[in-house]
Amino acid sequence: MSKLVVKGLYKIFGSNPKRGLKLLQEGCSKEQIFRETGLTVGINNANFEVEEGETFVIMGLSGSGKSTVVRCLNRLVEPTAGEILLDGRNILEMDRKELLQTRRTVMSMVFQNFALFPNRTILANTEYGLEVQGVDKAIRQEKAEQALALVGLQGYEESYPDQLSGGMKQRVGIARALANDPEILLMDEAFSALDPLIRSDMQDELIELQAKMKKTIIFITHDLDEALKLGDRIMLMKDGQTVQIGTAEEILTNPADEYVRRFVQGVNRSEVLTAADIMVKPWTTVGINQGPRLALKECKKHGIESILVTKEGMKLAGIVFVDDLIAAIRRGEQTLRNIVRENEVVRVEPDYCVMDLIELTLKSSIPVAVVSEGGRLMGVIVKSSVLRALIPERGDESA
Amino acid sequence: MKVPRLPVGGFFEILVDFVRVTFALPFDWIKVILLWVNEQLVFLLELPPFWLVAIMVAVIAYFLAGKRVALFTLAGLLFIAAIDLWPETIITLSLVIEATLLALLIGIPTGILAAKSDILDRLLHPVLDFMQTMPAFVYLIPAIMIFRMGAVPAVISTVIFAMPPTIRLTNLAIRQVPKELVEAGEAFGSNWFQMLLKVELPQALPTIMAGVNQCIMLSLSMVVIASMIGAGGLGSVVLNGLSNLDVGLGFEGGIAVVIIAIILDRLTQGTRKEKEIAH
Repeated sequence: MSKLVVKGLYKIFGSNPKRGLKLLQEGCSKEQIFRETGLTVGINNANFEVEEGETFVIMGLSGSGKSTVVRCLNRLVEPTAGEILLDGRNILEMDRKELLQTRRTVMSMVFQNFALFPNRTILANTEYGLEVQGVDKAIRQEKAEQALALVGLQGYEESYPDQLSGGMKQRVGIARALANDPEILLMDEAFSALDPLIRSDMQDELIELQAKMKKTIIFITHDLDEALKLGDRIMLMKDGQTVQIGTAEEILTNPADEYVRRFVQGVNRSEVLTAADIMVKPWTTVGINQGPRLALKECKKHGIESILVTKEGMKLAGIVFVDDLIAAIRRGEQTLRNIVRENEVVRVEPDYCVMDLIELTLKSSIPVAVVSEGGRLMGVIVKSSVLRALIPERGDESA
Repeated sequence: MKVPRLPVGGFFEILVDFVRVTFALPFDWIKVILLWVNEQLVFLLELPPFWLVAIMVAVIAYFLAGKRVALFTLAGLLFIAAIDLWPETIITLSLVIEATLLALLIGIPTGILAAKSDILDRLLHPVLDFMQTMPAFVYLIPAIMIFRMGAVPAVISTVIFAMPPTIRLTNLAIRQVPKELVEAGEAFGSNWFQMLLKVELPQALPTIMAGVNQCIMLSLSMVVIASMIGAGGLGSVVLNGLSNLDVGLGFEGGIAVVIIAIILDRLTQGTRKEKEIAH
């Protein structure tokens, strides 16, 4: 069962939101409702599930409702309608006491502008969640120190937030959220206020931390590159509605609509796509025990100067060139064993990054072979497939 | 055309009379308590000799506001003693302290509640405007009717006059706490009191202290006015100067008030700046 299930979630801002809800369900648009009633639609029927231990990214431009969604999860914002099931229990039906308990022990939040308490030391900030639970001073101090160590901030315990840089402040924000060992981490544009370089570092560190912690993370961002880097799955939102949910590859290669297509256009695809995404089926291969004549025929048929050779089980043996084939035929050889060149062909694994493939394919005049761990030939990459991958629309068609 | 005369004055007469009769018993209690507190304050302030009080206040000033304010405090208080106005100063101070404490005791919680409730905020708005803009003298009339002459009506009218800025600034201070900090407090599961004590009040403190400072200054000005209803103190010195056309006496009383005002202002502002530097 999913850790968190959100069903039919609506949030309408303004007085008497139920009226807007009715209009919305009758099919009125956000703009229509605002014109007629002055109500603002924040979330319009959001549905998604978050699995335990995954990093679920909610992405959209400002005003898309993504921050409202994450605030509904811990009820900083009261939804107008819908269900939010945490391990099967509806958060929206919890009374005040249960809600406090959930906020204290199950979910922690990291904020865009850090939201550190300026009057508290770094240690006291980190302790905050435990302090409101009434945890013993000694225990909460120890846990806070551990959390600070986890984000690499030992030695700053007695500093104040305004003595720290932005990146360090957000580390404190993360340490504070981790200190009460929550099951779910809500990160609202957590890295958006940071400089690009620091931001990239923090993303790497979060990935590293997550590998150790295996928390369920819900990460809000407006930055597609960040979403693609961090998200196991990504939900794209627009005007309070869910536009698409899927893995990075699914969204890049198969955008649900024009909006997503335009959104993903700007992304640096070379960093996101892997060899498996852009490889094509080899036009043709020959078995190593087949004759040179057959191989030559295949080459002529496809107008190529070399051909990949496979062993039993589609394992890649190497490549043979047309010149060698002609020589072998003259010598009267019956198989390709003597002329196959094992090391001439470059092999990469399927998760190899396209960025690095550019160089490889440019250097080599023969296709790069994508092979699985067992050495099985999965596909080939030629110059044109790399180029296609870098140009979004064409890439979508071929992939 | 003659506009018909509306009996507004009559309405207030009836209202005050009604209040006076209906709440006679609680008013008696309030009177007893306030008078007792005032006597204790005067007793405490008169206990040490004037120079010891001057030194003690100067030491406090040193820690709260620094060397210069401490020196001014010491010189100012000794100056007051030298123009023979020490006993009057003690009475004025006792009234200011009592009225300020009472105004803060009521004003700060009211301000907090107003910050949390938009309805209360809207209800309070006209009431506070009324309290603040009504000429201060007017409060003296019902105060005399209900509490007779002396320190108690002075304290009551001073509280009414000095409380509004405390309420307003406390309200404002809490509403101005950054939304993200409030969200952080909530997201980590703070309850109402934890939110107030651990998140809101620490952030709001500088602005609340500005309210406290204003409250003290207004208390002082009102206490001087309240000498008209027999509150005594420096105000009655000025009043005597006025009724006898004694310029010298008037200015002596006036200068003493100014000195006390400056000392109180610097003391409370000093704490505010200190807090801002130490976050």
